Amino acid sequence: MLDTKTPLVEMQDISISFGGIRAVDRASIDLYPGEVVGLLGHNGAGKSTLIKILSGAYKRDAGTIRINGEEVAISNPRDAKAYGIETIYQQLAVADNVDAAANLFLGRELTTPIGTLDDAAMESKAREVMGRLNPNFRRFKEPVKALSGGQRQSVAIARAILFNARILIMDEPTAALGPQETAQVGDLIKQLKSEGIGIFLISHDIHDVFDLADRLVVMKNGQVVGTARTSDVTKDEVLGMIIMGKAPKGAVPGPGAMREG
Amino acid sequence: MADQHAVLSAAHPSQTAQNPLQRFFAATELDTRLLGMVGALIIIWVGFHVLSGGLFLTPRNLWNLSVQTASVAVMVTGMVLVIVTRHIDLSVGSILGVVGMVMGVMQTDILPNQLGLGLGNPWIWFLSLLGGIVVGVGIGALQGAIIAYLRVPAFIVTLGGYLVWRGAAWWVTAGRTVAPMDARFQLMGGGPAGSIGALWSWVVAVIACAAIILGLYWGRRQRLRFNFPLRPIWAEAALAAIGCGLTLAAVAVANAYPWPRRIAENYAEANGIPVPESGLFISHGIAIPVLMALAVGIVMTFIATRTRFGRYVFAMGGNPEAAELAGINTRWVTVKIFMIMGGLCAIAAAISSARLNAATNALGTLDELYVIAAAVIGGTSLAGGVGTVAGALLGALVMQSLQSGMVLMGLDSPLQSIVVGIVLVFAVWLDTLYRRNKH
Repeated sequence: MLDTKTPLVEMQDISISFGGIRAVDRASIDLYPGEVVGLLGHNGAGKSTLIKILSGAYKRDAGTIRINGEEVAISNPRDAKAYGIETIYQQLAVADNVDAAANLFLGRELTTPIGTLDDAAMESKAREVMGRLNPNFRRFKEPVKALSGGQRQSVAIARAILFNARILIMDEPTAALGPQETAQVGDLIKQLKSEGIGIFLISHDIHDVFDLADRLVVMKNGQVVGTARTSDVTKDEVLGMIIMGKAPKGAVPGPGAMREG
Repeated sequence: MADQHAVLSAAHPSQTAQNPLQRFFAATELDTRLLGMVGALIIIWVGFHVLSGGLFLTPRNLWNLSVQTASVAVMVTGMVLVIVTRHIDLSVGSILGVVGMVMGVMQTDILPNQLGLGLGNPWIWFLSLLGGIVVGVGIGALQGAIIAYLRVPAFIVTLGGYLVWRGAAWWVTAGRTVAPMDARFQLMGGGPAGSIGALWSWVVAVIACAAIILGLYWGRRQRLRFNFPLRPIWAEAALAAIGCGLTLAAVAVANAYPWPRRIAENYAEANGIPVPESGLFISHGIAIPVLMALAVGIVMTFIATRTRFGRYVFAMGGNPEAAELAGINTRWVTVKIFMIMGGLCAIAAAISSARLNAATNALGTLDELYVIAAAVIGGTSLAGGVGTVAGALLGALVMQSLQSGMVLMGLDSPLQSIVVGIVLVFAVWLDTLYRRNKH
């Protein structure tokens, strides 16, 4: 049903090498509005590298990136932010000792006409955004340190969407969280999805990806093994893709799929 | 879970507290830690008053205490920023020394003789102070750049600076003491002439009270504008009353300390004022160095809490990595912090050398330790990210109160060091307990 629309992101035949090693080799992935695409693979499979090309941290050697069908040049994180691409890092990148509003606006503070911090305006905006993400959140005056892991993660996510992100990259968003908080982040992802934001979810955890993602892409040795709807494949088949590079029947095989009969 | 009691705090927290004292603190949103320090200060003051046989809580002693605190108070406001960003500055006493010497030479030799302004020129004090601040900021910039860009730990850079600048102070005049200072420059050291008198002190008090009330009103308006929970009116009134009351009381004390008899008589003679039978009562009023320290405190509080720079300082202290990922130029912020610290050392040097009416090699010796101790007693966490300018100023006052109290009691100076050292460790232990209980 989504396939009829223009993809939000289309990365085609992306390659990048580091000192002779092809970290990503002719990888193609795409993402539609309101879709969650899980990116799976071992450590060193190239999934983080591929996504860092999108977020502007690395520059690709070959391949094209299209945003809303238009080819774009992304060469640094600022370019990516200008296209509405925001990244949430694996380690919770929040300053523990200041409050939620200060974290949301860190580096992009609102100021009054005379150049001082407009804390009231920032808190008001923070209440609005946090209210959208996590309506139970009330602890605006407390340093982020006092919040639970899930609440902190929602602060990190709020920070990404505060500036109208349309494409969200989440690198292991639940790695540091307990089960209850993981569920909270899961709810958040569903909410963002319903608002039409496209999300790339990088994860080790197959269960997470099956719970949250619409489609998944498996990478191995820098190449895409295959792409599949989560409803078309089983967890065992996906494990086979990750470990052996074998694309099952329900998946569209990529260049990295093991060739056999 | 956390979310449940969070819902309660949608109303103003004062509505959920039970006993009246708790409700008072919640309603006024006063920082209990700061109040604890005020309590400790009161205990120290009353204790010394009793032990010294009624010598401590006199206008004369309190006025002197305020002047003696000024130099360390100026520097501690910068040390807060340094420590909040997980750095340290061991060189402040030495910077004070070298800048004091530079300012001394400027006003006694370079400006009047070599540049031909002549002794007693009204610009000398200003140009000397300005020159000193430029040198201080420059030294800070150099140290900050080595820390931020060459990645040498601040402890090492400023330990080196501690030796280098003390040595440099000696080199400025090959060890000779520079004295006397310019007459106007001396006013920065306090004394009968270096105070603003009763009338102007009351003017300052009235302005301060007006600022307190306006500040409260402005804060309330901002909260109304964005529909945030408001303090109850009685709490606002209590805050205004406490703030204005303390201000007026402090000014009353400063005005209750008269000029020494001889100086007053000489002044009366020179100005043709008849001396009454009971003697002439001319108030000191607030001392100029104290006004300077208060102004520095206000400016630094503003910088720390109301500007982007201040926000970045605290964010860097809390999580340097997050600050960097958020696009903050953390290295440049670090350099700026050390530049401010250097500039404040220069202001402190002006106060110290003016008060001594001389610039000496030894000026500011051990000040780094008093400044760091004052910041830490004032609640600045060496782990970074936590600290307030107001707390640090109180810390400086606590340190100085201990010292002058022990002098009044006639304690030997080795014993004084022992007591100050023990108090420092004890205060930090108390603070650790307090923070652990809070979270």
